[in-house]
Amino acid sequence: MQEVVLTPKEQPSYGLIAECISCDVFAGKSIEEIEALPVYYGNKQGKLGDFFDVSGEVASSAEEMRIVIAGDVTKTRWIGREMSAGEIVVKGSAEMYVGAWMRGGRIVVEGDVGAFSGMLMRGGELRVEGNAGDYLGCSYRGEWRGMSGGTIIVEGNAGMEVGQNLNGGRIFVKGSVESFAGVRMKKGLLVVGSATDRVGAQMTGGTIVVLGSILRLLPSFDFAGEVENPEIDGESFEGVFKKYTGDHAERNAKGVLYVRKE
Amino acid sequence: MKLILKNGFVYDPLNGINGEKMDICIEDGKIVEDVKDAKVIDCSGKVVMPGGVEIHSHIAGGKVNVGRLMRPEDHIKNVMPKTRLTRAVNGYSTPSTFLTGYLYAKLGYTTAFTAAMPPLMARHTHEELHDIPMLDKGALTLMGNNWFVMRYLKRGDVELAAAFVAWLLKAAKGYAIKVVNPGGGEAWGWGRDVRSLDDPVPHFDITPREIISGLAKVNEMLSLPHSIHLHANNLGRVGNYVTTLETMEVPNGTKPARERQVVQLTHAQFHSYGGDSWRTFASEAESIAKAVNNNENVIIDIGQVVFGDTTTMTADGPMEYYLSSLTGLKWANKNIELETSPGVTPFVYSKRSPVSAVQWAVGLELALHIKDPFKVLLTTDHPNGAPFFKYPTIIAWLMSARYREETMKEVHGAAQKNTTLATIDREYDFYEIAVITRAGQAKSLGLAEKGHLGVGADADVAVYDLNPEEVDPSRDYKLIEEKFARTSYTIKGGEIVVKDGEIVKVVDGRTLYIDAKVDEGLERELMRDIDYYFKRFYSVNLANYPVQEVYLTNPTPVQIDASNVR
Repeated sequence: MQEVVLTPKEQPSYGLIAECISCDVFAGKSIEEIEALPVYYGNKQGKLGDFFDVSGEVASSAEEMRIVIAGDVTKTRWIGREMSAGEIVVKGSAEMYVGAWMRGGRIVVEGDVGAFSGMLMRGGELRVEGNAGDYLGCSYRGEWRGMSGGTIIVEGNAGMEVGQNLNGGRIFVKGSVESFAGVRMKKGLLVVGSATDRVGAQMTGGTIVVLGSILRLLPSFDFAGEVENPEIDGESFEGVFKKYTGDHAERNAKGVLYVRKE
Repeated sequence: MKLILKNGFVYDPLNGINGEKMDICIEDGKIVEDVKDAKVIDCSGKVVMPGGVEIHSHIAGGKVNVGRLMRPEDHIKNVMPKTRLTRAVNGYSTPSTFLTGYLYAKLGYTTAFTAAMPPLMARHTHEELHDIPMLDKGALTLMGNNWFVMRYLKRGDVELAAAFVAWLLKAAKGYAIKVVNPGGGEAWGWGRDVRSLDDPVPHFDITPREIISGLAKVNEMLSLPHSIHLHANNLGRVGNYVTTLETMEVPNGTKPARERQVVQLTHAQFHSYGGDSWRTFASEAESIAKAVNNNENVIIDIGQVVFGDTTTMTADGPMEYYLSSLTGLKWANKNIELETSPGVTPFVYSKRSPVSAVQWAVGLELALHIKDPFKVLLTTDHPNGAPFFKYPTIIAWLMSARYREETMKEVHGAAQKNTTLATIDREYDFYEIAVITRAGQAKSLGLAEKGHLGVGADADVAVYDLNPEEVDPSRDYKLIEEKFARTSYTIKGGEIVVKDGEIVKVVDGRTLYIDAKVDEGLERELMRDIDYYFKRFYSVNLANYPVQEVYLTNPTPVQIDASNVR
C-alpha cells in the first residue's frame, strides 16, 4: 500500500470544502496534480496545496492507496466523499460530512468528526475514535432514503438523530447518543451505549439496541418479552434485554428495539 | 446579426420541407429570403430544424417553487458553479429558473409555455418567468375551478364568461385557457373530488361537462390563438380511459374559430389507463389513440414517463393527495382562494414496478398509434412524467423499435403483457420528430411566427450534429439520444446562444400574453360584478390583482378584437 501524507498548513477560520480528499481522486495523479486539486472556502476557490503540504507516493489505483492527514483539520469538510476503495487516516479531528456517500474502503478518524458524517453511506467503514456530531449516518435534508450499507463505529458519543432514515448498514456508538436516535429508520442495525428520549420515533423496520440505559421510551412501542443473550443480525449481545416493537404510530411498523434490563 | 446557415438538411413541416439541402438566411431576428455580408455557418451533414416549442411544462409559479422548497435532496443531485456567462444553478427535477432556460436552449428549444398559472399567483409566476433566460415564454392560465367562470356558465351567461376570460387573461398576463380537473379543485376545498363528468361541484351545482363545453365555447367566441388546454378529470386513476373518451366528445358541438383543434387533451398518458384495480392495471392507449384519430377537434400531448426520480406537481390537489397516500411520501397542498388548489409530491418511476412499466409504455403507444403527428405533441408534463431534459431519450425510443425492445427487457413484464407496445414496429423519422417537438406545438398555440423557417418567421433555429444520409436512427439510437441533447447551434432571435452544447450568449426572451377587447358595455357590467365579489371574497383588492407589464421580459401582447362579444 502506498501512502500520501497531507500535513495541514495554516487553515481557514471557516469551512474548507475539500471533497477532493479521496483515494479515488488521488489515485494515478502526481503530487503536483494533487496539490492543484480545487478546494472551496467562503465564495473563493483555492488549491489543496494552499492548505496542505502533500508528500509521499501515489498509487495507481484507489485500492492500493492510503491518505494520511497528519494533524487536526477541524475546518475541513467532505473528506472521503463518494470514496469507493482505499484508506484515509486522520490523525486528529475533522469537520462535517466525513465519508458522505462512501461506497467502499475505510476511513479512520483518531479525533472527533462533525455533523452529517457517514451521510448516505452505501458501503465501507467509518471509524471514529473520538465523538461524532449530530446526524451521524443520516440522509441528506429532505431525502427519505437514508444510509443503505457499510459500517460506522464511534468509540465516543454522538449527537442527535443518529441513523435518521437508516435503510441498511450498521452503526455502533459505544457512548451515549442524544434525542431521536434511529428516527424514521426502515432497515439495518443501530447499536448505542445509552440513549435519551424519542428513540426509534417513526421507525418502521430495522433494529435498535440500547446497551445501557434509556431516558424515556416512546409510548407507541409495545413490550414483546425479555430475551437473554440475543443474537441480532449476526451480532451477539450479552445480558438480559427487554424487547419492544414499534413505532406503532406508523402503519405496519415492524421495527424492533432492545433495551438492556437494569 | 446577419447569418446564413449553409447547406443543412432542413426539416420544416409547416412549409412541407422534408430534409432538403437548403440555406437559411437570417437578418434582424427574422428569417429572410436573402442576406448580404452575413456570417456563414456551415451546416453540411447536419439537421436544421425550427427552434423547439414547449407547450406544457411546469417551469414557473407557486407550486413549482413549493416543489423546489420541499426537495433539497433534489438540488444536491445537480449543482453547477457560476461561469463567465451563466449563473450558479442547481436542481434536477425542480431546476432553478436560470437552469431551466439554459437546459432548454441546449436541447434546441427557444419557446416554452408554463403549464398552469393560477391568476392570483400570476405576479409570482411572471417574476419567475422573468428569470428564465433564453426562451420566449407564456403562461396557460387556470380557469376550470374559478368561481366567476363557474357562476357565469351555470347561469348560462356565456357572453359575461367570455368577458371575464378576456379580462382575466389581460390581468394575469396569460396566454390561454387552462382547465385542470374541472370542478375537482373546488370540490377538494370540501375534502371531495369529482369522479365523473356529471358529478356536481359542491355549492355551484355545475358539472365538469358544463365547465368544459362552456369554456370551449368562450375560447372560440374570443377566437383565442390556442384552444382550451384540458387536464381531464380522474388523472392517474385505474380505468380512467372511460372518462377520457367521454371528455373528448364534450366540446364536439363547438366549431374552431381558427385553423386548429377545439381542445388539447394534455398529458394523455396519465388518462389512458384500463383495468379495475392496481393489480389489473393495463393500457388503454389504443382506444384513446383510435378516438383521437377519428376526432378532428382533439389533439393530445403525451406526458411521457421516463424511469427515475421526479417531483409531481399539478393544480389537481385531490390527485396529489391520493398519490401521496399511495406512496407514503411527503406532500404539499396549496389553496388558491376562489381559483384552484395545487399539490406537490415526489415520485419514483421504477423499472421494477408493474405500474411504472405500463405508464412508460402507454405514452409511447399513444405516440405510435396516433397516425397524424400534428395530433400528438411531445411532452413529459415536466416534471410529472420526467424532467424535460429527458426528451432526447424519448425521441430515440420513438425513432427506434430496437431501443424500445432493449428497454422493454429491462422493465417489469407488465409492459409486455398489459400493453401493445411490443407489437408496434412504427418508427418516427426526422420530419415527424420536427412535428411533435416544434411545428405541432406552434400550430396548436397559434404562433404564426414560430415552429417553421419560412420567410418572416422568428429566427429561432436548432442545428443538430446528425447526418440523415449516414445515421440509421433505428440502429444508432444512442447517437440520436446524445445529439438531440446538445445542439451544434441554437439560434434565438437571430443570435447564436448555444454552440456545441455550450451556452455562448445569454439572452432574454419575450413574454406573450393575450389582450382581447370585448364590447365596452359588457365590460362595464362585468367590472361591477367583479368589484362586488372581490370585496366580499378575495383577500386582495381588485386594484392590486392585475399584473403590470413591468413584471414581464419584453412584454408582447397578442391583440384580439372580440368586440362582437356583447
